[in-house]
Amino acid sequence: MSRNPATPVLELDPAVVRRARSLARKAAAPVVKLAQRHTTVSVERATLRLAGLAGADHERVPWVNHLVDAVRDQVGLEHGVTTPVWDALMRGEAEDVTVLAQKAASGSVQFRMPQGRDALAARRAATRAVGTGLKRIDTARRTRDRLIARLGDPAQQPWIYLIVATGDIHEDIPQAQAAAREGADVIAVIRSTGQSLLDYVPEGATREGFAGTYATQENFRLMRAALDDVSKELGRYIRLTNYASGLCMPEIAALAGMERLDMMLNDSMYGILFRDINPVRTFVDQRFSRQVHARAGIIINTGEDNYLTTADAVEAAHTVTVSQLLNERFAKEAGLEDWQLGLGHAFEINPEIPDSFRLELAHALLARQLFPDAPLKWMPPTKHMTGDVFRGYLLDGFFNLAGAMTGQGILLVGMMTEAVVTPFLSDRDLALQNVRYVLNAAGGLREDFHPPRDGFIQNRARQVLSEAVELLERIVEDSDPAGDVPLLAAIADGTFGLMKRPADGGKGLDGVVERADDYDNPAITALDAWEPPTSAPTAPRRTGTTKGGAR
Amino acid sequence: MTGPIIRPYGDTTGDGMVQVSFTLPIPHDKRAEGAALQLAKKMGMDPALLVHAKPIGPDFTFFVVYGSVTHLVNLDEVEVVERAYPLLSAKEVNLEIKRRLRRKLVVVGACIGTDAHTVGIDAILNIKGFAGEKGLEYYREIKVVNLGAQVLVPDLVARARAERADAVLVSQVVTQKDAHIHNTTQMSAAFREAYPAGRVPILVAGGPRFEEGSAARLGVDQIFGRGTTPGEVASYLVHEISERKARAA
Repeated sequence: MSRNPATPVLELDPAVVRRARSLARKAAAPVVKLAQRHTTVSVERATLRLAGLAGADHERVPWVNHLVDAVRDQVGLEHGVTTPVWDALMRGEAEDVTVLAQKAASGSVQFRMPQGRDALAARRAATRAVGTGLKRIDTARRTRDRLIARLGDPAQQPWIYLIVATGDIHEDIPQAQAAAREGADVIAVIRSTGQSLLDYVPEGATREGFAGTYATQENFRLMRAALDDVSKELGRYIRLTNYASGLCMPEIAALAGMERLDMMLNDSMYGILFRDINPVRTFVDQRFSRQVHARAGIIINTGEDNYLTTADAVEAAHTVTVSQLLNERFAKEAGLEDWQLGLGHAFEINPEIPDSFRLELAHALLARQLFPDAPLKWMPPTKHMTGDVFRGYLLDGFFNLAGAMTGQGILLVGMMTEAVVTPFLSDRDLALQNVRYVLNAAGGLREDFHPPRDGFIQNRARQVLSEAVELLERIVEDSDPAGDVPLLAAIADGTFGLMKRPADGGKGLDGVVERADDYDNPAITALDAWEPPTSAPTAPRRTGTTKGGAR
Repeated sequence: MTGPIIRPYGDTTGDGMVQVSFTLPIPHDKRAEGAALQLAKKMGMDPALLVHAKPIGPDFTFFVVYGSVTHLVNLDEVEVVERAYPLLSAKEVNLEIKRRLRRKLVVVGACIGTDAHTVGIDAILNIKGFAGEKGLEYYREIKVVNLGAQVLVPDLVARARAERADAVLVSQVVTQKDAHIHNTTQMSAAFREAYPAGRVPILVAGGPRFEEGSAARLGVDQIFGRGTTPGEVASYLVHEISERKARAA
């Protein structure tokens, strides 16, 4: 929308930008190969979920976990879970996949790896079954497109993103609806802390979470339905966000696609660095989940803001750029389009340092200009919110201003009570007033804002970009005694966020399996072959139908 | 200032002026404003001045109230938990460790339970530190093993034993339904079970929600709250090491 059609404002050297992208491609390529050589328990479980296997036993252990464990025990997962499962169904071990999982849980199913014609038949049957889930995802995408066409997108940019998190889905729903009525365009239901390390997806509607609400299929469905109601009431499609991260990233992605979630937090390295999840597990899970997101028309949000909460936002500015470039590369490889890349960054520079706001503008503009067609997710200050709520309110105002001046796509609303309490009703109202004031007063300022040639902002942006290129050069040259691919070696020696994560460490490693030659996964086959529809869906993007509003 | 009795200061000594803001779950009308003033009065604000009232949706109203509180503050009745140990510089800490232990002091740190927020433990342990003070990694005589977030208690105990930890630091930042208390008691119980009596490492819990003086109840040796600096933690550890040595001798 509001991109000034005239010259870009930063005058970056196009050769340096090209160099940065080609280095990111070079760093990502061997990791993609690695992902294509492995599968994980969660990828296999996600595949079964696409084939319609849902529900859990009386101890709330999902049937997908039982079935994958049983197949793994008997024939291993290196061939993929579907071939032995549909072979067992064709041999009449059970009438459907749910009953099969129940029987397998009690140990009364014999699995085998079929050969020849049996194998072909099992694969065909599995492809049909998994196809129903993929069709459901396609239908959800069409439904979203239709609702957006009918109800419309937010009038202004950036889109206003608000978090609800009570732990109880039935409390979340009225809060989310109220937030939408107050002006939120995107509702994120933050997850219960600790869910990222659960190696299963909880079942059903949940009423008890810690600092968040569990991501479950039923919770997804309930919240999406509630937001559909409020969307109709408001005449504006309200988007729903959740988290495809942690050990169950692929399964959550599949559930999100089927239940028509609209945005998913999905970072390429966040789980490795901040949750100590095994790097190989993460990259395998991530590729699958991004392929699902691509097909589902989901906008991903990446987690670069997190780097700045642990490292210094000035010194580590280039690590954000590097991560954005890597996230972009992994996303494109998985089939995501530019409009689906909510690349993250944050307003986290210490407000005590001189020119902190100018530095923020430089960094935000750099991201804007490097990724002109990506929506960009703009995250509010957290690290320097001290408990002085008055000062925090001012800082959030500057954050909003930077977002408006630099054309960010998705603005996560900052709370002045950040780091004090979970936001009061009034905190949220005040925060939205803050956003509205700034967008009303200065939403069009981008048109007038042209940092002078070779001035402070241009120079700073160029400096960050060149530091990013240097870091990428070090990453693609990195090596370690274990002979890991360079990016994994770099992660192992603490290149990102100062955290050292070796490729053979971390949680979830035992769920990683090297694929055999006869590995088959009908979901991956279909996703690899999938092409995005030609009619582009909507996102907060630079061109298209979202003109107007605060502009 | 004279005497132990004081009142809040707005713009004149003794005016007692304070401001509060709150939300009442009723629609905005005259009655709601009256209700806000009634609350202010019950809070000791008299006279109270309703300076702002704004509806938040159809069912709530937000208020800002200024007023003079009738309460007096008696400084003689204020209780402060004084730090029971001297604050040392990094150099002094290193020297003390060398003198007392003749080896490095081993500190194992983690966020336990479901808490994924490492800002607290990182502020204390990472070389980067907090509030301009370098973290414990910076201390030449301290070996830091930072296990990061969402560490399971058995893993923490195992690692502490393997590293022959002198001290274990756990952080609990985000907490709900008293999870920080459960996690910490579970952690201290696990250490008491795993170590012979009197050999348990110094157990330290940190986080914004811990109450001062609750260390004994939680089974830990020390609690640190919001704003604690690495230097305070290092000074405490050195102090506790010498106390323990003295007790053992």
